[in-house]
Amino acid sequence: MAQAAAVAKPPAPPRRRRASATPRRLPYLLIAPAALLMLGFIAYPVISVFYYSLQNYNPTKPWRNGYAGFDNFVHAFTDDPQFWDTLTFSAQWVFVEVGLQLLFGLALALIVNQTFVGRSLGRALVFSPWAVSGVLTSAIWVLLYNSQTGITRYLADMGVGEYGTSWLSDTSTVFPAAIVADLWRGVPFFAILILADLQSVSKDLYEAAEVDGASRIKQFWHITLPHLKDAIVLSTLLRAVWEFNNVDLLYTLTGGGPAGETTTLPLYIANTSVDAHNFGYASALTTVAFVILLFCSMVYLRLSKFGGGEK
Amino acid sequence: MITKEATEITPVPVRVTGAPDRRPSRHRRAWDEAPRWQIYLPLSIYLVFTLVPFYWILLFALRPAGSTSLVPWPMTFEHFEKVWNERDFAVYFQNSVLTGVATLLLTTGVALAGGYALARFDFRIKRGFMLALLCTQFVPGALLLVPLFQIFAELKMINSLGSVIIAETVFQLPLSMILISGFIRNVPYSLEEAAWVDGCNRLTAFRIVVLPLLRPGLIAVGSFAFVHAWNHFLFALMFLSDQTKQTIPVGLNTLMSADSVDLGALAAGGIIAAVPVVLVFAFIQKWLITGFSAGAVKG
Repeated sequence: MAQAAAVAKPPAPPRRRRASATPRRLPYLLIAPAALLMLGFIAYPVISVFYYSLQNYNPTKPWRNGYAGFDNFVHAFTDDPQFWDTLTFSAQWVFVEVGLQLLFGLALALIVNQTFVGRSLGRALVFSPWAVSGVLTSAIWVLLYNSQTGITRYLADMGVGEYGTSWLSDTSTVFPAAIVADLWRGVPFFAILILADLQSVSKDLYEAAEVDGASRIKQFWHITLPHLKDAIVLSTLLRAVWEFNNVDLLYTLTGGGPAGETTTLPLYIANTSVDAHNFGYASALTTVAFVILLFCSMVYLRLSKFGGGEK
Repeated sequence: MITKEATEITPVPVRVTGAPDRRPSRHRRAWDEAPRWQIYLPLSIYLVFTLVPFYWILLFALRPAGSTSLVPWPMTFEHFEKVWNERDFAVYFQNSVLTGVATLLLTTGVALAGGYALARFDFRIKRGFMLALLCTQFVPGALLLVPLFQIFAELKMINSLGSVIIAETVFQLPLSMILISGFIRNVPYSLEEAAWVDGCNRLTAFRIVVLPLLRPGLIAVGSFAFVHAWNHFLFALMFLSDQTKQTIPVGLNTLMSADSVDLGALAAGGIIAAVPVVLVFAFIQKWLITGFSAGAVKG
């Protein structure tokens, strides 16, 4: 083949030279659009957040603008109970949400991975809330939870609870109510990812385990779970970051209320920057949130020995 | 053979309930051996949890205002007419479609180019670039609202759908690119090389040989981008103040934050918001799982 090319007519050599010359610049050309977009609309904003975190910057109080050193950070850690409250609530929210989503998602994935009559319909229905937006989820659960014609009315008809209860405006019920609403939409995410990974478990392993007399529970612990480990670690991490940052559900469902009970750190930051126009302080809080996320992710990946099993 | 059967039956003492599980021996695969009730019981409980909210919104959208009936009968479409015409959902719908489709095309195109570079070339900044992609996953779009707003104000793009399209694309790109590069890596390079030998240039070879094989992956990534842009709320809320520029999630939020919420209109608006996503989802569901198992987890 190579000989044939060498003997071929003159046009062949230049073409080959071109083929070897292009690849050097080609990869850069190919990633250029993505790189430029990310530089302009992610890297630059991040840097400007870091910059503003060291500034007093409030467009409504321009006379105070200027370099602030670490004042914003000191204020957050020593002098702002709302920062601690919202941070604690965020942690609580992420922990409960991701934990329950993983648990139910794993269970569902294992169930719909079985062979049974009506499986594809079952899968489609189980996964269906996956694509529903946070705002639409809020809309649906606002309808379900409203005090006049919501689910509590029909429960009261059956003698459970009282008429006119609104779970979203009571400080003792708002947390579980919001958790359930977000679970409804969040579980399918885990179920889909885990089901995808279940497809690649080698069936030979189960057959071997069966020959050895391992029970189904043992097979799950010793074959399925280790196989899923990396997928679980990665999806819980991504989901935790996502749950931490995501504001649309709580913003529209509870607005952070009642009495600030369900305000997460990002919601607090959004309020600080959008309503109070305190960009400098909001930037400092953003920086803190960013560092916390990064630190927790590193620790999590290290503790879970991510990717360690295979290589 | 006999011992196998025996070991299989013993670990499941619940069999006593007489679940109809005497299945032919060719179905002997153990992972396939759960008693039927262990599948159908939890599945139906979960389905109730999943479907009741959907039924609820359908109920509110279809029954007349003020009705407390649990079946949508007599059925009415007044809420839909109201939301579509009086509450501007016709305009929101158009804006959302435009945003979704533009984000889909931009994200898939840019991610395809970048993903190809990552999958097929070794170049100096590759590792750094990959690391940057991963890092962006920790950068919350919600927290960058203020600087993004300033940038778009500078570019005179506030109140134009372009700002939302760019912002959505940018935050979709990293993951899409990682996924697509995984899909491309699964296509043997030798296939492409064979096409070059046959006289194709790189682009034609890619188009003829690789692209068709990427179909499930691209459908998964593209529909992700569409659904995200369709659903996303915060950017549209912040960057589009003009009523005629807003998207469906912002319209829903407006309905929800009214002093006395018109539940029928909210429900009808919600269904309008859900229909395209449900359609996309029904269409891609098969590809979604194959797409993911092909590229996602292997990265």
